[in-house]
Amino acid sequence: MSSVISRRWSVRLAHTGIVVAGLVPVAVLISDVLRDNLGANPVEAIEHRMGDWTIWLLLATLAVSPLRRLTGWNGLIRYRRTLGLLTFSYVCLHFLAYLVIDQGFPIQGFAIRYVVEDILKRPYITVGFTAFLLLIPLAVTSTKGWVRRLGRKWKALHQLIYVAAALGVLHYLWQIKGDRPTAVYHALVLVGLLGARVWRVRALRRSPDAPRAAARLPSPLPGPASDPS
Amino acid sequence: MLIKRPNDIVSSEITPESLYWNRRQFLRATGAALAVAFPLSRRERGPGGEDPGRRGWVGDDDKPNSYEDITHYNNYYEFGPDKRDPSEHSGGFRPRPWTVAVGGEVHKPKTFDIDEMLRRYPAEERIYRLRCVEAWSMVVPWNGFALSKLLGDVQPTSQAKYVAFTTVYRPTEMPGQNTDILPWPYVEGLRLDEAMHPLATLVTGLYGKPLPNQDGAPIRLVVPWKYGFKGIKAIVKIQLTRTQPPTTWSLAAPDEYGFYANVNPEVDHPRWSQKRERRLGEFLRRPTLMFNGYGDQVASLYAGMDLKVNY
Repeated sequence: MSSVISRRWSVRLAHTGIVVAGLVPVAVLISDVLRDNLGANPVEAIEHRMGDWTIWLLLATLAVSPLRRLTGWNGLIRYRRTLGLLTFSYVCLHFLAYLVIDQGFPIQGFAIRYVVEDILKRPYITVGFTAFLLLIPLAVTSTKGWVRRLGRKWKALHQLIYVAAALGVLHYLWQIKGDRPTAVYHALVLVGLLGARVWRVRALRRSPDAPRAAARLPSPLPGPASDPS
Repeated sequence: MLIKRPNDIVSSEITPESLYWNRRQFLRATGAALAVAFPLSRRERGPGGEDPGRRGWVGDDDKPNSYEDITHYNNYYEFGPDKRDPSEHSGGFRPRPWTVAVGGEVHKPKTFDIDEMLRRYPAEERIYRLRCVEAWSMVVPWNGFALSKLLGDVQPTSQAKYVAFTTVYRPTEMPGQNTDILPWPYVEGLRLDEAMHPLATLVTGLYGKPLPNQDGAPIRLVVPWKYGFKGIKAIVKIQLTRTQPPTTWSLAAPDEYGFYANVNPEVDHPRWSQKRERRLGEFLRRPTLMFNGYGDQVASLYAGMDLKVNY
């Protein structure tokens, strides 16, 4: 009994730890703003930092399932939603930074024209904005209640994360001038994470006895039905 | 909220003195823009007479950016692709000894030692707006001299139509040159009439100090009506040519960066808008001006040209 309680506490502590750690970049950013430590173009720095953290957290969220299988530590799955919601928080900050401090809306009301033009005409903004939109229903339906209500459909819906991730990486890749290695690293990590899933699905399909196929993998169990993996 | 539009008239830099006085008469006559005719008074300097070496000026709302910003926010891929890379990775670069070979279609080719060049062409202050193709801008108090002086001295032949510039190739001192982010060495070019324009400047200093490595030491080009990437840095070779020379960014991405690269709010970059820009140090974007506000001086160079095609 006491071990159950302490385990619950440790899980709660880990959750809190992830959230606190996840908010550190925002704290650092605020401190940098206050100390005027963002260089000559602070607006760009804020935008890019929030965007970078969105991509990293998104990739981290996608890494949970493969990592769980790799390590056999099923408890990891508990933290995926937290990471997903942190990702969503950062994408909101990134979009708000673009809208308000970069484009100047609503301080300059007419700037909405430029925002709409950007979204419609600039492919990298079109895909970035689409990725943002795709993440909204995922964040909304992340609660236990929605998981229950949607049942099997929840898994299908949450597979949108793959589309959002691909668009997010493309959004980064598409805006840079010249070739930057970081953009390629993001793409490689994403391809690796998606590849791990494809490989697993194929491995499962190849065997008529799915549980045995799964057992050949380093991790003993496939995820619960409600997890996109 | 309205954005204050900089007055177009004030965008004049390094105008021949006769024209300069004409314009002042014009301004007096119209009386409309007297305030902007004396922007230098803001910096406690008379509008010309008192300090003839410091002839460049910009609009009333074009405040020079700080030395810190100008030297820590640089696009100079030879030292890395991020804005802070040049200031962090240019410490090992040696801008002396240095020579600039001027040749090609000229009657008097000459290889200049940089210090000889500095003595021969005294630097004057030229405060220009700098508009990057990435939609940010600054105001920089450069020190330099008109490219036309140098070109005049080497005497272009009647065959000379273009001027080609080359950056030094030193992978040991320029870490970015060990990557294939761009083809090296960096090359740029101008049409001869553009190069002869009095606004086209060879820059050797900034804020009265020798040009820092990260800004293109020891000598770079500044063409204020064009996007910043035309301003090739660490120049070792200037060749006059009969045909249009290759330019690095148009080699790397021909659909995005052309030979002319004139600042033009009407022609967007394929991936982003060029209609507005962020002036470093300002919160809200300001409208981008045709030819970066130097249209009065340079628009005639492009009369009859379709600038959407010749971007």
